[in-house]
Amino acid sequence: MNKSKTYPLYFTFGALLLYTILFVLPGIFGIGYSFTDWSAYSDKLNFVGLANFKTIFSADENYFKILTNTLAFTLVTTVLKNALGLLMAVLLTKHIKLLNFHRGVMFMPSVLSTLIIGMIFTSILDPSIGLLNTFLNSIGLGALAKPWLTTSEFAFGSVMAVDIWKGVGYIMTILIAGILSISPTYYEAANIDGANSFQVFRKITFPLLLPTLATTTVLNVIYGLKIFDMVYAMTNGGPGKATTEVLYTAVFKMFSTGQYAVGTALSSVMFLFMVIIGYFMIRVMTRNEVIE
Amino acid sequence: MNAKKLVTKIAVNLLAWIISIISLIPLLLIFLNSFKDSAHASDMNLKLPTLPLAWDNFANVISKGKLITSFFNSAIYSLGSVALCAILAAACAYVLSRNNTKLNKAIYMYIVLGIAMPINYVALLKIMSFFHLINSRPGIILLYTAVQLPFSVFLMHGFVAKIPVDLDEAATLDGCSPVQLFFSIVFPLLKPALATVIVLTFLNTWNEFVSPLYLLSNSDKWPMTLSVYNFFGMYQTNWNLICADILLTSFPVILVYLLGQKYIVSGMTSGAVKG
Repeated sequence: MNKSKTYPLYFTFGALLLYTILFVLPGIFGIGYSFTDWSAYSDKLNFVGLANFKTIFSADENYFKILTNTLAFTLVTTVLKNALGLLMAVLLTKHIKLLNFHRGVMFMPSVLSTLIIGMIFTSILDPSIGLLNTFLNSIGLGALAKPWLTTSEFAFGSVMAVDIWKGVGYIMTILIAGILSISPTYYEAANIDGANSFQVFRKITFPLLLPTLATTTVLNVIYGLKIFDMVYAMTNGGPGKATTEVLYTAVFKMFSTGQYAVGTALSSVMFLFMVIIGYFMIRVMTRNEVIE
Repeated sequence: MNAKKLVTKIAVNLLAWIISIISLIPLLLIFLNSFKDSAHASDMNLKLPTLPLAWDNFANVISKGKLITSFFNSAIYSLGSVALCAILAAACAYVLSRNNTKLNKAIYMYIVLGIAMPINYVALLKIMSFFHLINSRPGIILLYTAVQLPFSVFLMHGFVAKIPVDLDEAATLDGCSPVQLFFSIVFPLLKPALATVIVLTFLNTWNEFVSPLYLLSNSDKWPMTLSVYNFFGMYQTNWNLICADILLTSFPVILVYLLGQKYIVSGMTSGAVKG
């Protein structure tokens, strides 16, 4: 059987064409445009060298804050989602009544629209009528009731907390699958040796779950760097100057105000960064296929 | 010993319930307040709505928020890209998986890299306006498809490898053309993976917000997410209406989630867990 005849290359052309034109080309053209003064105000494009990148990385502009915000958001949500997701996964692989109900309910927030979750939480975190502060006041913890989204002190933390609330069920679900794929013989052996549950976790579950945790980390990092909807719906970068501004919201603002060149330069920095991360991610994700 | 076991058992069950309740409260809040009148909903609390239920919130939202148009837009965008993505991804993954040449391996890597890649929207707009795809329904469908392809190809690629090659050989000997072989023999066998791709693509495209925000300035072409956000800005004080709008927008997602949970979980965990 002639493989190239039975499996003709043109079967891939549809996917390749769409993906290349609408996904890859914008990234590559974008890098080109980053070296120009492209804007909504003039029809002419001039080559300006590295000027846009100098603007982005200069300390006196907000852009540097935007980059560090995005990285902080990614780091914090990745670490906490992994930690909480792991706890929940361990909890939900024990003998619990209505196990599937709990798993289903905890996973549900991750399938809902991020934008809508953000909108719901602007109400829940409202300083005066919000559900959270009303609840804190009613159980005598009024001192903990804060203006969550309206002060620069708490806004970024609040956005991250909501994002963790939304995404932790997804991580939990992956980790549950990971735990269930660990061979039960390890646990039987540990049981015979009289290991307690903490020892079992530390010596068996955790080490054998590390490859899965590597994947959830990569998925979280990719998601975190691209975050937009959540911030846009909850604070739109505010309160004050760039308190919660992240890459994608900044790019959208530059686009709306016609500063295309700076916007595309910022996007390009992200593009290159994520292609590199992506390369490692693929190595992790396709590793399993090779084993099969 | 037994007493200690019982305490642990109660503790873990209690903890599970607490986490589940924390996961459910925001949704419950939306559900309850979408049946209240404007005055009762202004506090956004968890009290049960008073009778009679304010069913007219839904009618109100549908007319004020132009929800019928948005619903059809969302449906067209999602169904269009689901169909396109499923067929293109299946055909592409099938050939890449079956004929494992160096070139095909490189193509696979190139496509799967898109799972991590961010879109440069500013430059994308330039390219899309060149093809007259801005403010256009086909434009959105093609873009959604392009964005969903990398993960779908990844999912399909792993699945095709599990289908025996003997079938292909027998069919080819019987005189099947490559197109016949794919559509009448292999494609039906891909059903489980297709179901996963369909469900995930539907959810992702239904929830998509950024792309239409950049591409669609014409409100007649807005999907549900964009109109619910716009509505949120216009009726900020009327939480009963906002809740009704959110409920209607999320309803298809929740329905698909409940019906297709198996496929969502298998899709989302593939690649992450060996086996």
